[in-house]
Amino acid sequence: MKTQEKSYVAHHVDQLKPSGIRRFFDLASKMENVISLGVGEPDFVTPWNVIEASYHSLERGFTSYTANAGLFELRQEISKFLKTEYELEYNPENQVLVTVGASQAIDVALRAILNPGDEVIVVEPSFVSYVPAVRLAGGVPITVNATEEYAFKIQASQMEAAITPRTKALMICSPNNPTGAVLSKQEMEEIARLAKKHDFIVISDEIYADLTYDETFTSFAAIKEMAQRTILISGFSKAFAMTGWRLGYATGPKQIIEAMTKIHQYTIMCAPTMAQHGALEALRNGRSSVLEMKTSYRQRRNFVVKALKDMGLSCHLPGGAFYVFPSVTSTGMSSEDFAEELLQKQQVAVVPGGVFGESGEGYVRCSYATSMKQLDTAMKRMRKFVEEKQIQ
Amino acid sequence: MEEKEIELLKLLEKNGRLEVETIASMLDLDVDKTKEMMEKLEKESAILGYSTLVNWAKVLEYDGVTAMIDVKVTPTRGTGFDKVAERIYRFPEVKALYLMSGAYDLSISVEGKTMMEISRFVSDKLSTLDSVVSTTTHFVLKKYKHDGIIFEEDDDQDRRMMVSP
Ligand SMILES: Cc1ncc(COP(=O)(O)O)c(C=O)c1O
Repeated sequence: MKTQEKSYVAHHVDQLKPSGIRRFFDLASKMENVISLGVGEPDFVTPWNVIEASYHSLERGFTSYTANAGLFELRQEISKFLKTEYELEYNPENQVLVTVGASQAIDVALRAILNPGDEVIVVEPSFVSYVPAVRLAGGVPITVNATEEYAFKIQASQMEAAITPRTKALMICSPNNPTGAVLSKQEMEEIARLAKKHDFIVISDEIYADLTYDETFTSFAAIKEMAQRTILISGFSKAFAMTGWRLGYATGPKQIIEAMTKIHQYTIMCAPTMAQHGALEALRNGRSSVLEMKTSYRQRRNFVVKALKDMGLSCHLPGGAFYVFPSVTSTGMSSEDFAEELLQKQQVAVVPGGVFGESGEGYVRCSYATSMKQLDTAMKRMRKFVEEKQIQ
Repeated sequence: MEEKEIELLKLLEKNGRLEVETIASMLDLDVDKTKEMMEKLEKESAILGYSTLVNWAKVLEYDGVTAMIDVKVTPTRGTGFDKVAERIYRFPEVKALYLMSGAYDLSISVEGKTMMEISRFVSDKLSTLDSVVSTTTHFVLKKYKHDGIIFEEDDDQDRRMMVSP
């Protein structure tokens, strides 16, 4: 046996579990002929006018740093966009921060508000980064489980039970990754009532806001008296198919955004300049492309949900994002075994629900951000797999 | 027209081979209702046909030529451009014909086996028509995009990682 080597890695980093997504990625990428429903990003390429605008910015020589908080023009456009779409008022001078993806906005938001030991309530199933991000910021994640029984939405009573005097913030994500669940205005009002009563901040990840299919989207910050205690996180990755551009933003109360900007200034300086120019064009002239992509997503969602139900898996109809979260318990398998065997036998990659938190166990995440042709084949293969399982 | 009908038309325009069952589930309709809608749209001539866009450059034995011809004509009394347009579009060589604003009146797309064949069409059939004043023929060297479809799309492949958050 090897003697214990000295680790130079900080304890709190050492203790982070590697992402379950990563393990699945390693498995899937070793195989051939795989149809992947495991991707958390659009299959569309970035709208051409956005790419063009970014080229043009380089041609004009915009290759240096921008202001720490981002190009002022872009912050203005973001604030205009939030005003017209969601009736939100943010001053581009000091209430908007342009970040390196929504990912960095989440990180900076947590670091800006947490003192060691502060608790953050995270609603699971959730995006895989939330819990580690809270830990890395010195906070204590308290998870609460949203269940299918309530369409994967957290109930106020559950949340109230998780609140303690140390509760500093709550993280919500609507439309949700991985369940696609969209909170209604009334459900948000319930959360708002608790936030006021127990005096905590809400970090609202609205990166999928533009991708809702059955109802109009309400921003959490637009709920009465919530703007002053909400950090709104969003970005360009999903709606504009710009994942590789690494561009997002946060808006919120001046005091918090200024604190976040301070951290951002000393760690990142500013988001990539050419990506900021692309984003400017996306907001100015990209709405029609978003609508076109959204129509395709809705059609594919309908197709996939029907196909999953036809093969005998129970599956709620998600209101947004581009994921469905069917239950696989009828096959008698754990979600991990299901995903692994489906990959081995039928070369279809899905993500086991357990990686999104305990309450995701028994489900798998299937992304429908893939061409109809691929989806059609994937559903046929999956059907074969499920039927064989059920005969045994 | 109903919103779903427009959606159906857009789907078929992109891919005329989509199965009715697939269309039905994408639009969240039942199969009978979808068939009914398609029949209605066919009857109304909103759907004119289901065709295949072939990239003939991929077919080695085939060497066809396409030309775009700008035509100036004198419109005839009473029927304007329509009569002369009809005389031209009836020729089987003519694949498309548009009435244009600007420097000339009609834009014609013609396909033939060889340049000679197209030249003969222009000199024998087109320019000898009474109303035709002049023609300018442009031969197509390479097709990049037609009816919204890019011919040699290299980004058909999925460059995304197999699994991502
Ligand atoms: C809920 C959620 N938030 C944030 C992100 C990260 O987005 P970005 O690419 O802007 O960093 C993702 C990406 O998968 C996500 O699903």
